[in-house]
Amino acid sequence: MTGRRLTVRTPEGVEFSWPLAGPVARMLAVIIDLFCIGTAVYILNTVLSLFAVLTRDWATGIAILLYFGLQIGYGIGFEWLWRGQTIGKRVLRIRVIDGEGLRLTPGQVILRNLLRAVDTLPVFYAVGGLTCAITRHAQRLGDLAANTVVIRHQAAVAPELTETLRQRYNTLRQWPHLCARLRQRTTPDEAGIALQAILRREEIDPEPRLHLFDNLARHFQQKVEFPPEALDGLSSEQYVRDVVQLLFETTSRRPEARVSA
Amino acid sequence: MIIDVERFFAQNRPHWQELEKLLDGMQAGAKLGYDDARRLHYLYERTSADLARLSTFAAESEAGAYLSGLVGRAYAEIYETRRRKARFSPRRWFFRDFPRTFRQHIGAFALAVALTVGGAAFGAFALAIDPDAKSVLMPFPGLEGDPGERVRQEESGPNKNLQGHHSTFSAELMTHNMRVSFFTLALGITWGVGSVLMLFYNGVILGAVAFDYMRAGYTVFLLGWLMPHGVIEIPAILVAGQASFVLAGALLGRGDRRPRRERLREATPAIVTLAGGTAVMLVWAGIVESFISQYHRPVLPYEVKIAFGAAELLLLIAFLGFSGRKDAAP
Repeated sequence: MTGRRLTVRTPEGVEFSWPLAGPVARMLAVIIDLFCIGTAVYILNTVLSLFAVLTRDWATGIAILLYFGLQIGYGIGFEWLWRGQTIGKRVLRIRVIDGEGLRLTPGQVILRNLLRAVDTLPVFYAVGGLTCAITRHAQRLGDLAANTVVIRHQAAVAPELTETLRQRYNTLRQWPHLCARLRQRTTPDEAGIALQAILRREEIDPEPRLHLFDNLARHFQQKVEFPPEALDGLSSEQYVRDVVQLLFETTSRRPEARVSA
Repeated sequence: MIIDVERFFAQNRPHWQELEKLLDGMQAGAKLGYDDARRLHYLYERTSADLARLSTFAAESEAGAYLSGLVGRAYAEIYETRRRKARFSPRRWFFRDFPRTFRQHIGAFALAVALTVGGAAFGAFALAIDPDAKSVLMPFPGLEGDPGERVRQEESGPNKNLQGHHSTFSAELMTHNMRVSFFTLALGITWGVGSVLMLFYNGVILGAVAFDYMRAGYTVFLLGWLMPHGVIEIPAILVAGQASFVLAGALLGRGDRRPRRERLREATPAIVTLAGGTAVMLVWAGIVESFISQYHRPVLPYEVKIAFGAAELLLLIAFLGFSGRKDAAP
């Protein structure tokens, strides 16, 4: 979650933010898009060459127009139909949105694509890449003119903690006073890191995984020292898992945790 | 850790998912009834509050990202105030929106005309005092030669090279001119400096060519050659220049205290409409240039070609000046 973000403050006073896509991701998306355009042109040419048997002149004329139409219309068409995404952007999970978090209008899509002519100067998006690297919201000139930004996609799945945390017997519960002290001393950031580690543990390679959980376990042991028998036969990972469960699954019912339906 | 994250999720997830479903429906084009709209607003406010609470009390970044994304999507749907037209009608756009936009920004068009005329005067003047400058002013092989020779060659009969290639030539002209026009438009982002140079340079070439043929006594040939397509093509590029100055004007924002983003937001529809108008005009010009302009005296008398060009010009002026005036204001 590092890098530049677009932050919008709603009239209700709530802030939300989108992580912005950097020049590299956008460049890769452009390469994929160019490849798609190339493929489409190749297919069209093949089809039209059959047509050329009848009338060569018309076939060539149509091919020129179609090629031009594809070049200009590819970005406009896809970004409008797919709400800010082209094939390349979809692959890289990035999206064009309005610069103030509002809905993208067709006018904005057309304008940002027309200004590609300047962004691609003098070779392969040099101007666009440079402005993208130095502007606050990572915008190329077309984005500046149309007031759009390109964001990275966020998690689209509602968070599920329950499955991970509602688990078997938790050894550490035998020492309620230590559990309470652990909750008291742990900062939200530390808790967040431990939770992320647990949630993503399957994505980590075995060796770094061992290392990571060893580190985390040591860190939490320094905060609150549980008696040695509590750690008997408990791997670092299980220990961190127990800690996370204690941190996030409060049994007490405080007023701020209660939400009336 | 003040917030009980698990309980918090369990209690609120149904609302988040309901909001997500509602938004998915809206993005797929569903219309909201009164009750749905109220529900949307309620869910949006509730989710906003959840986001605020989560970011204050807990550091659960993935849930934060999820809620942030959800609130962002709902925000875009609720606070969008720009009018969304029910359906885009090409006819209404071309006969009403385009000429109206043109008239609204007539000053920018006048600037584009002035630059081109200034360039043309400079080109003609430069060629008059220094005939050797021709290769510098007109770096195109087709124009470097003696006008008399070109006229004889053109009049010797239908162009052999073009025989059976009219469609190809026409398509080439259209795409080339559109590329040049859109590039001129895009140069507006350089605060208009690039567009000024581009329009002036176009004018220089035009002035030099015209002067070259007129001095050699081929004024009628020149008019017959250029007018049928030129009376549409040149205004089309001027309209692109106009659009670039609208863009540059919004960037500069003289006498306008609103932030740049807002000025650009307001100018965007006009720029896009003018770009579309340019494209339509260039399609017409491309067809005329390939199928009519390349035929000369024995086949098509110059009087006919000039009359055709003049008629086009009058129609264009009438169209841009008066089309869409009667309808009620948008």
